[in-house]
Amino acid sequence: MSTQATIFSPELAARFDKLVTLYPVKRSALVPMLLYAQDEVGYLSDAVIAEVAGRVGISELDVRNVISYYSLLRTKPAGKYHVQVCTNISCMLRGGNEILEHCKKTLGVANKGVTADGVFSLEEVECIGACSWAPAAQVNYDFHENLTPESVDKVLADYRSKAGQ
Amino acid sequence: MATLSTHPDCVPVVSWRFGKGATSIDKYLELAGYESARKCLALGPDGIINEMKTSGLRGRGGAGFPTGLKWSFVPKQAPKPKYVLVNGDESEPGTCKDRLIFEHDPHAVIEGVIIAGLAIQAKMGFIYLRGEYRYLLKIMERAVEEAYEKGFLGRNIFGSGIDFDIVTQTGAGAYEVGEESALMESLEGKRGIPRIRPPFPAVVGLYGGPTIINNAETIATVPHIFRIGAADYAKIGSERNGGTRLFCLSGCVERPGVYELPMGYNLKKMIYEVGGGIPNGKKLKAVVPGGSSTPALLPEEIDIGMDFDQVGKAGSMLGSGGVVVLDESVCMVEFALRTMKFYAHESCGWCIPCREGTDWLKKSLTRIHEGGAVDKDIDNIRYLAENMLGRTFCPLGDAAAMPTIAFVKKFRKEFEDHLEGRGCPYHHAREAEPALV
Amino acid sequence: MADVTFTVDGKKLTAPAGTLLIEACRAHGIEIPAFCYYPGLSLQAACRMCVVRLEKVPKLQTACTTPVAEGMVVTTESPEIAQARKATIELLLGNHPLDCPVCDAGGECELQDMTFKYGAAESKFVEIKQHRDEQQWSPVVFFDRPRCILCYRCVRVCGEGMDVWALGIQNRGAGSVIAPNKQDHLDCEECGMCIDICPVGALTSGTYRYKTRPWEMSHVGTVCTHCGDGCKTTLGVRRANDGMEIVRGDNRDKSGINGDFLCIKGRYAFDFAAREDRITQPLIRKEDGKLTPVSWDEAIRFAGEKLREIRESRGGSAIGVIGSNRTTNEESYLLQKFARTVLGTNNVDHHRTADYPAFAAAVKGSSEASLRDFVSAKAVLVIGGDPTEQHPGLAWQIRTGVRLHGTRLYVANHELIKLRRQATSFLQIRENDYAGLISYLGGDDRAMAGGPNGEAFREAIRKEESLLVVFGAEFRGREIAALVQFGAALPNVKFACLGDYANSRGAADMGLYPDLLPGYVPVASAGAFAEEYGASLPAAPGLDLVQMFDAAGRGELGALYVVGANPVSRYGIDPATLRKTFVIVQDMFLTETAQVASVVLPAANLYEKSGTVSNTFGDLQMVKKAADKAGVRTDFELIVRLADAMGADVKKLVPFGKGGVRADLGQARGAQSGEADRHGVWLAAHHLEPKLSPFDPFAIFDEIQRLVPAYDVPRLDLLAGNDQHLRLVQIEGASVHRDLVLPSDDTLFTSGTLGRYSRMLSSVLESRKPAETAAD
Ligand SMILES: Cc1cc2nc3c(=O)[nH]c(=O)nc-3n(C[C@H](O)[C@H](O)[C@H](O)COP(=O)(O)O)c2cc1C
Ligand code: SF4
Ligand code: FES
Repeated sequence: MSTQATIFSPELAARFDKLVTLYPVKRSALVPMLLYAQDEVGYLSDAVIAEVAGRVGISELDVRNVISYYSLLRTKPAGKYHVQVCTNISCMLRGGNEILEHCKKTLGVANKGVTADGVFSLEEVECIGACSWAPAAQVNYDFHENLTPESVDKVLADYRSKAGQ
Repeated sequence: MATLSTHPDCVPVVSWRFGKGATSIDKYLELAGYESARKCLALGPDGIINEMKTSGLRGRGGAGFPTGLKWSFVPKQAPKPKYVLVNGDESEPGTCKDRLIFEHDPHAVIEGVIIAGLAIQAKMGFIYLRGEYRYLLKIMERAVEEAYEKGFLGRNIFGSGIDFDIVTQTGAGAYEVGEESALMESLEGKRGIPRIRPPFPAVVGLYGGPTIINNAETIATVPHIFRIGAADYAKIGSERNGGTRLFCLSGCVERPGVYELPMGYNLKKMIYEVGGGIPNGKKLKAVVPGGSSTPALLPEEIDIGMDFDQVGKAGSMLGSGGVVVLDESVCMVEFALRTMKFYAHESCGWCIPCREGTDWLKKSLTRIHEGGAVDKDIDNIRYLAENMLGRTFCPLGDAAAMPTIAFVKKFRKEFEDHLEGRGCPYHHAREAEPALV
Repeated sequence: MADVTFTVDGKKLTAPAGTLLIEACRAHGIEIPAFCYYPGLSLQAACRMCVVRLEKVPKLQTACTTPVAEGMVVTTESPEIAQARKATIELLLGNHPLDCPVCDAGGECELQDMTFKYGAAESKFVEIKQHRDEQQWSPVVFFDRPRCILCYRCVRVCGEGMDVWALGIQNRGAGSVIAPNKQDHLDCEECGMCIDICPVGALTSGTYRYKTRPWEMSHVGTVCTHCGDGCKTTLGVRRANDGMEIVRGDNRDKSGINGDFLCIKGRYAFDFAAREDRITQPLIRKEDGKLTPVSWDEAIRFAGEKLREIRESRGGSAIGVIGSNRTTNEESYLLQKFARTVLGTNNVDHHRTADYPAFAAAVKGSSEASLRDFVSAKAVLVIGGDPTEQHPGLAWQIRTGVRLHGTRLYVANHELIKLRRQATSFLQIRENDYAGLISYLGGDDRAMAGGPNGEAFREAIRKEESLLVVFGAEFRGREIAALVQFGAALPNVKFACLGDYANSRGAADMGLYPDLLPGYVPVASAGAFAEEYGASLPAAPGLDLVQMFDAAGRGELGALYVVGANPVSRYGIDPATLRKTFVIVQDMFLTETAQVASVVLPAANLYEKSGTVSNTFGDLQMVKKAADKAGVRTDFELIVRLADAMGADVKKLVPFGKGGVRADLGQARGAQSGEADRHGVWLAAHHLEPKLSPFDPFAIFDEIQRLVPAYDVPRLDLLAGNDQHLRLVQIEGASVHRDLVLPSDDTLFTSGTLGRYSRMLSSVLESRKPAETAAD
C-alpha cells in the first residue's frame, strides 16, 4: 500500500497501512482514518475521500455516507483552531450559552463561522463530557473547563499567539 | 486534567488508584495491578462468571443489566470468533465519569477486558472512546503498548498459552453510537445505525461473532472485584445493587464533581452534603437523576437511595449516573427544549417515530418557549412523546420521550405561563444576575 | 422447514417455521401495512407501520422482523395498533408536501392509502415544511426530497437487487436523505427499479413525470419488445387523438417470468412508438424517384400486382423475403407460409442472432431451461456472453437465485463480466478458447491450459447434481453440439441458448430459414406441411440472406420483401446492389432499408398488436395490443392483404372459417377489450370460439399448434397471460448449414435499429459519454 501514490504525509500513509491490518475487516479502520486524515489535511476533501475509499476498498459513496453521519467529520475547511462550546444541559445551567455568545462577540463570527484570517472557527456543540466542570469548551481536541468570559478571553488569546508563530 | 472529587462518604473502589500515577504500568503493578487477571486465569471461565454474579455488579452504562448474567449468555462453542467491546462512548448529557477512568487508571480497563475475554474465551477486545476523547486515546494506546511489552497482551499472555489482543479507537461524534448495536456498526466502519434484535450481541455481535459489550466503568470495576473479593464488593452496595458507582454531580450545586459513592446512597444527601447544596441560597426545583434521558424528580421525590431499583420505583432511572441539579431560576421549558435539541441532533434517523418525533418536539418546544404557542400545543407535545414511547427502533426514542413526558406532567403550569405571546418569564430574572460559575 | 401453528386475530394459521409474520399473514389474506418491508430485500424495521401485538410481549413488535413460532398469538388490528400507525403517519405528513394533486404517485401512493386508512389527515403541526427543489439525477431518475419517507427500498433494490449500489443514505436524524453515487447525479444502469419500488412520489421517471394521472390510463400486461429475455411489462396507455398512446411502462404485474425486474428498455424504451417522424401513410416511389404518400388501396394493389408479375415472369426463385426478430410468431409463420405458398420461394431468412437450429438439433426437448428456472436453480454455468448487458432479465434472475436461494454460479468468460461478482467461481479464458473450454470441462486436459483455477472450476461443476448451462453467441453449430454432449454427461442439466431480440427465437422456430420449415423441419421433407399447404411447396433450399443480396447485386433478384428488418444497415449493404430489385418494406420508420424501397408500408410495432412471442429460453407468451396508431397496420394484416392483392386464396393462407378454428374474441384487442378478454379466455378454454376474421392471429396460432408440436401448450394459461415453456423436439439433420449468426452486440442502452428511435435511450447514451471517457 505505502508504495502507492498518496496525498498524505509518509508518516500518516504508513499509519494507515498498519491501521487496516489491525481489524478483522479493513473497513473497521474507516472512521479512525477519516479522523486522522482530517487532522492532517484540515477537512475531508474529494481527494481524501477517494484515497481512503481505495485504501479500505469501498465506494466513495459509502465513505460519504459514513462521513455525513458523524458530527466531528467535515467536508469543508474549518479554522486552524476549532472552538466547540458546549451548551447542553449541565453547561447551560452554568452559563454555557453566555460563553457561546461571548465567543461569537470576541471572534466576530456566528455559530459554524470561520474568522476572516482562518485562525478560528466556532461551533455550538452537544455534551462533550465535562458536565461536572461546566461550562466547558473544546478547542480542536483540548478541553477547557469551568470557563468564564474572562478565562475564555485568555484561552483564545493563547491560541491566537500560537497561531502567530 | 479532569480530577475526582472526594467527600468523607466516598468509598474508593474504581477510583482507588486515581491520582496515584497508575497510568504507568510499573506504578499500576505496585498497586496490585494485573493480579486479578492472574487470579482469573486460575479461576477459568465458569469461576469468573460465578464471581461476577456474586458481586452483584450491574451495568454502569445505563440499563443496569447484571454483568455476570450478561457474560453467561455467550455460548461456549461458537462458529465465529468472540469479542469483548468496551463502550467508552460516554455521551449521555450529564455524564463524565468514564473519562476519569481512562485518564487515571487505563490499565484497569485493559485488565477488565482481559478478564472478560477469559470469561467468554475471546481472543480479541476493542476499546471504543468517543471522538472528543482524543487525549484519552493517547493514554490508552500507551497503556496498551506497555501491556504488550510486559506480555500481558499478545501471544501467550502471562505465559498462560492464551493469546489476547486489544485495539483502541475513537468514534467521530455521535451519541447514538453509544447504543450497543450501533457501536458495533461504527466499529465495523459504518454509519451508527442500530441493528435489529434479536439476535443479541452475546450471540451475534461484532463481525457476526458472540460479543459482550460493557460500559467502561463496568469493565474497570471488574479487576477491583477480584482484588477485594466479590462478596465484599457486593456488601458495599444496597440490595441487589452491588458496589459503588461514580456519580457525576452537575448543574446548580456548590461542589459539582465526580464522586464515588456506594450504590443506594441517598440522593438528597448527595446534593446537600456531598455537593454542598444549592448556591446563592436558591431553592431546588428538580433533579435529573441519571443523565438527560431520565425523567426529572421533584424536590419532594429525592429522598431515595440511588440504585437502579429505588430510583425506578420513584418513576425515573439511575441511568448513567449523571445527577443534574436544577434550581428555581431554571426555565423548565428551556431545559426541556435544550434536552430535545440534543436528541433531535443525535437521532440516527433510521426510524420514523424517532427521526420525525424528535424533530417536531424540538420545533414545538421552541415555539412554546418563544411564546408562539397555544394550550393545545402542550397536549400535542405529550401526545407526540407518548406515541414515540416504545415504538421506536432503538431506545433513543424512549430516551427523548420519557423526560419530555415528565416535564410536561410535572411542570405544566410553567409551560402554560409561556403561552399566547407571553414568552419566557425566567429570562428577565436571568438577565438580572450573572451566570453561576 | 416444519410448519408451525399460530393465531392471528383469532384465526388459527399455519406456515413454515421461520416465515416472517408479515408474509405468513399476507399469505392468508391478512394485510399488514408496511413501508420499508419489501419481499426479497433485507429487513429494516424502520417505518414501524407493521407493528402488531404479540401476546405476553410488553411492546408492540414489528411483523416484518418477527418469525412465526408455534403457539404465537398475534393481534394485527386494534385501537392501540391503529393509533400507533396513525401517529407514525402524522409524523411523516408533518414534513411531507401535500402536493398529491400534482404528484406522479397521486392515486397509487402507499402513503396516501395509509393516511386514508388510519385517518391521519388533520395536521398537528403548524411549523412550515422545509421545501427543497426537485433534482434530476439522470435522464431517467428525478428525486423530490421532501416526498421521500426514507423507507430505503430504493437503496436496497439498487444495491442488493441490481448489484449497482448507486444510492446511499446521508446525514442523520431529520436531515437524513437518499443520495446518488456521484453527489449530484447518478452513474448507474438506469433500470428504474428504484422508481417503481418507491412507495411515494419521491423518485419519478423522466418519461412519465407530470404526464398524466394514474386513473387516466388503462394498463395492459404484454411483453417487452427489446431483448431476448421477454420480460412481462405493463404498459399504461391513454387515449390520444391518433389512437392510444403509451405513457408508462412498469412492472406492477409481478407474475411475469421477470418477477420484480425490468431494465431501462422494458420500462422506458417504448417512446419510439409516439415519434412524430413515424411513417403513417403508405409510400410509393414515383417516376421522379421520390417516395410519395398514397392511399392504402393503391399501395397494396401496386405492390401485390408487381409481386405477381415478377413471380409469373421470373418465378418465385427471383423473389426474396426477409423477416423480423420482433414480429409475432403468427406473423413470422404467416410470412414464411406466404413466401412458400404464394410467392413460391424458399428464399426466406432473417437476421440470425443465435444458432437455434443447431441448438434444436442438439438438445433434447425437455432439457431446455426456462427463464423461470434460474431464480431457484441450485447451480448455473454461464459460458460466454454478458448477461448484465445483453440479457438483463436473466442477470437479475441469476443474482436473485444467488442472493435468496444460494445458487452456486460458475462463470467462464474472456472478459471480466459483471456477473462474475455473484460467481462462486470465475474462470477467465482466452477469446478463442470457448471450444477448447468445453472439451477441457469434458476432461481433455490438452484442449485448454486450465491451470489450477481451471481444475477447481471443472471439479466444482462435476460435483453439481443439477446444473443450468447458459451460453452466448460464441457458440455455433458444432460447438453447441459439443457443449450439449458435455452436459449430457452430467446429471439433470438444462441448457439455454442466448439470442438477442424479443422474438428471435420465434423467427427461428417459425421457419424464417431458406432450408427449414417451422419447427426446424427440413424443406426437403415437408411432410405435414406439404399436406397442409398443398403440394406446390418448393423442395430445394432457397437463398439465405447474404445470397439474396449477392443475387440482387447480379441483378437476379427481381423482388425483395422486407418485414420489420433493416438489413441494409445491419449488413452494410451498398444501396446500389438493390437498384434492379423491387423492394417492399414494412416498418415504422424510414430506415436505411426503407429509404431504398419502392414501396413502404407503415407497420405497427409489438405494442400495437396481439399474438405470441417466444423468448430465447423457449418461454411462449402472449402479447396484447396496448397502443394504437392511426394510419399503421399490423404486419399480419399486410401480409394477408398482399396475398389477396396477388390473387391468392386468403382462406388457404389464414384458415379462418375452417372446421374447429378458434378466433379472436377480444383477447387480441388489449386496452380496448375489457370484459371481452375474460369471455375470450373462458371460451378458449372450452374450445367454443366462433370463427371470425382473416386478420385473426389465433387462426394461425391454431395451425402452428397443429403443425409445430413444441407449440402445443395449454391455451387457457396462454390467453390468461401466463408464460408457457415450450418443449423443443429434436429434429434430425437440421444442424448442418452455413453459419450466418451475427450477434447484435447490444448493450443495456442499445436495441438495434429500434433503439436508435428511442429518445430515452439516446439521451442516456448522451449523458454517459463524458463519464465514460473520464472513468478509467
Ligand atoms: C441511545 C443510547 C446511547 C447509549 N450510550 C451509551 C454510552 O455512551 N455509554 C455506555 O456505556 N452505554 C450507552 N448506552 C447503553 C448501551 O447500549 C449498553 O447497554 C451498555 O453499554 C451496556 O454496558 P453495561 O451493561 O456495562 O451497562 C446507550 C444506549 C442507548 C439506547
Ligand atoms: S426514495 Fe422512495 S423508495 Fe427511496 S427511500 Fe424514499 S420513499 Fe423509499
Ligand atoms: S415494515 Fe416493519 S418496520 Fe417498516
